[in-house]
Amino acid sequence: MSLLDKHGIIERNATLLLVASLLVVSVGGIVEIAPLFYLENTIEKVDGMRPYSPLELAGRDIYIREGCYTCHSQMIRPFRDEVERYGHYSLAAESMYDHSFQWGSKRTGPDLARVGSRYSNEWHVQHLTEPRSVVPESVMPSYSFLANAPLRIENVTASLKASRMVGVPYSDEMIENAEADILAQANPDADTSGVEARYPKLVLGDFDGSPAALTEMDALISYLQMLGTLVDFSTYDEASGYR
Amino acid sequence: METYTAMRHFADSWGLVFMLAVFCGVILFTLRPGGKKAADEASQIPLKED
Amino acid sequence: MTWIKAGLAGLCKLGAALRKGCGLPWGRVATFAQRSVRYPWGNTTMKYAFETIAVGIGAFVALLGAAFAKDDLFEAHMWILFFVLLCATVLLLRRIQFSPVEGPSADAESGYFDEVVRYGTIATVFWGVVGFLVGVVVALQLAFPDLNIEPWFNFGRMRPLHTSAVVFAFGGNALIMTSFYVVQRTSRARLFGGDLAWFVFWGYQLFIVMAATGYLLGITQSREYAEPEWYVDLWLTAVWVAYLIVFLGTLLKRKEPHIYVANWFYLAFIVTIAMLHIVNNLAMPVSFLGSKSYSLFSGVQDALTQWWYGHNAVGFFLTAGFLGMMYYFIPKQAGRPVYSYRLSIIHFWSLIFLYIWAGPHHLHYTALPDWAQTLGMVFSIMLWMPSWGGMINGLMTLSGAWDKIRTDPIIRMMVIAVAFYGMSTFEGPMMSIKAVNSLSHYTDWTIGHVHSGALGWVGMITFGAIYYLTPKLWGRERLYSLRLVNWHFWLATLGIVVYAAVMWVAGIQQGLMWREYNDQGFLVYSFAESVAAMKPYYILRALGGLMYLTGGIIMAWNVTMTILGHQRNEAAIPGSLPALQPAE
Repeated sequence: MSLLDKHGIIERNATLLLVASLLVVSVGGIVEIAPLFYLENTIEKVDGMRPYSPLELAGRDIYIREGCYTCHSQMIRPFRDEVERYGHYSLAAESMYDHSFQWGSKRTGPDLARVGSRYSNEWHVQHLTEPRSVVPESVMPSYSFLANAPLRIENVTASLKASRMVGVPYSDEMIENAEADILAQANPDADTSGVEARYPKLVLGDFDGSPAALTEMDALISYLQMLGTLVDFSTYDEASGYR
Repeated sequence: METYTAMRHFADSWGLVFMLAVFCGVILFTLRPGGKKAADEASQIPLKED
Repeated sequence: MTWIKAGLAGLCKLGAALRKGCGLPWGRVATFAQRSVRYPWGNTTMKYAFETIAVGIGAFVALLGAAFAKDDLFEAHMWILFFVLLCATVLLLRRIQFSPVEGPSADAESGYFDEVVRYGTIATVFWGVVGFLVGVVVALQLAFPDLNIEPWFNFGRMRPLHTSAVVFAFGGNALIMTSFYVVQRTSRARLFGGDLAWFVFWGYQLFIVMAATGYLLGITQSREYAEPEWYVDLWLTAVWVAYLIVFLGTLLKRKEPHIYVANWFYLAFIVTIAMLHIVNNLAMPVSFLGSKSYSLFSGVQDALTQWWYGHNAVGFFLTAGFLGMMYYFIPKQAGRPVYSYRLSIIHFWSLIFLYIWAGPHHLHYTALPDWAQTLGMVFSIMLWMPSWGGMINGLMTLSGAWDKIRTDPIIRMMVIAVAFYGMSTFEGPMMSIKAVNSLSHYTDWTIGHVHSGALGWVGMITFGAIYYLTPKLWGRERLYSLRLVNWHFWLATLGIVVYAAVMWVAGIQQGLMWREYNDQGFLVYSFAESVAAMKPYYILRALGGLMYLTGGIIMAWNVTMTILGHQRNEAAIPGSLPALQPAE
């Protein structure tokens, strides 16, 4: 059999065709994805990043559950208009504890990467309950049910543990205190020295306007209020971050 | 940065040459004159019967 | 009440026709087919015993899951699973027969295994109409936000329902059903694995039901087109492995020496989707009795893994698999071999090699490193060439028979599908250029692009295949009505044109409004103003979608009537009959 007839092998052998296809489709992914895990300049060196507090993590789970990512991005691109509209362009470091990432792909609503501390808690409650009462042009659905949904906290320790298993640096202390921390963050009367020490720059207080109950609204707003507020840009070296 | 630069240089030179060679190889191999008969046979498969 | 009775009577008639059309006794038709268990103590058999027991155990396990669930969502989801499996068990129990062993039926041993393809055809039509309907609903929700019904029917939960219904329920059933049909014909062999094909079909429907109900409950990984949570992903993996075994097994036992090129595309689609699905869904469940999980990757690595998956869900699910369809059904309907078989080989290898690289173009100007963005852009542009190679190959198959576009609405449907394929594979590379992407990204232009590919290419080639298959599968002389195919064609085509054109204008306007500065150097528009500006476009877009949905309903009607064995009494399509030539 001459070399030129050997094409028949691949055209006639289904297993070989399968293996060859798999090899060919593997190349692109390996070349593009694998280096991201070990090129050390993939994630910039920044000060200020910390894992989500238990309440913020619960709020983030609600953000995901409600599919907020279908209309809101969390990724500011380095363009003049976006930086003016939303703030400093997003760094890779800012989502390094995001399992999964929430960069989004569509802006039916505005970017939320730096929405933290832009609006008051009252504004968020009103906006989530009746969006068009504060933004008449809005096409956002109402999320009034969040204010009446008590936040289930029995899985919070397990959530932190699962996050640690995929690489989020939760300390033993954070995991031991998870249930206490989730209650303390939204309770104006609680002793918050512990949770504040564990999670610097934490936004404290009752978020949903009803201090008596810990609701899903509390959790979601606590997450929204911290978005994009962690990194200290005064110590960030722009040139070294470019890659 | 060292790993990055080395890989970048490799991709820009030998990587590119290798991909071009494979591409030319595939084209020449597929279009070689000896393959025409087999291809014509194979293209008739759907029309043979139901 | 009378119309309910009429509807029920119609359903019964449909069932009767199914049974007649298949030439099989009713007991065999709707089940996991002819497995029998022979008992040592007598010459009796219990049909479907294994399946019944397995599904029954599954129902019990689901009940346990509901009882010991760690969170409310998992509990609700397990109750749904329990009721679905309970119904399946009851249906199966009614089919168990204790009868003397018969010899294996002729159908089981010889000929092609088409029953599962018939079911797949019906499932494709059904999920298609459902998916288009949900699409129209979410389009209207964007135009009229009061249509959101919290919490279950808010846009954020409905949108994954729409995308999954059209991509995985409609597209997936179309791919599974046509691949089973094509691989048997082009291998001249019966499907490998016997009842395994039924497992693939019903297992896949269960996946769809679990995914869809999960979205409405709020169970999602937030990974676009990969939203189902870990336990549903595991189930899909099992189904997919079975699918690969059935397909590859059929290829291995084929009687045809060559593996026809359509099967190459189907095989690459199956194996690549397996790879993408497994890697992209790697996650750590919070509890093995809970719905929530956290992705193994985070941030930038997670983003590229997801869009490596996401783009190749387009490249392999919605392109490679449907190209397999193109390479079989266009030659069949046109009655001529593919234009250049050797071009199709080049098309295959270059397409599958290049597609995988294109993912980063979904992440232009993000925190993804520049080198990866550049690679993604370059490969996306190169991808234009194999795509158009395939388009030319499909179109030129008609060379010498161009008149069929005028006279045969089914061919016309397939041709417009290939034309839309060419259009969106030109638009895609263009949008992957970073300068263009800086304007188009995050806007409705992307939505328009997706739909010109999904409605134009995926939808139309599937409709063509369904219209080709239905009379063949049910042994009908022809379709109920070719004129209705013509109506479907025009409604769908105009619907896509309206949709795509409106979204171009909307997206470009959106992008320009966001970046517009006045003389003093201030941004001209607030974000809310750009939202308000979209309203007329969102209404028009819903109108385009409504036309497409109407076309889909006409198809469902046409297919149903064909299955029932009716033929509409209608004038032939002009030119479709040989004209009488005057003697010279």
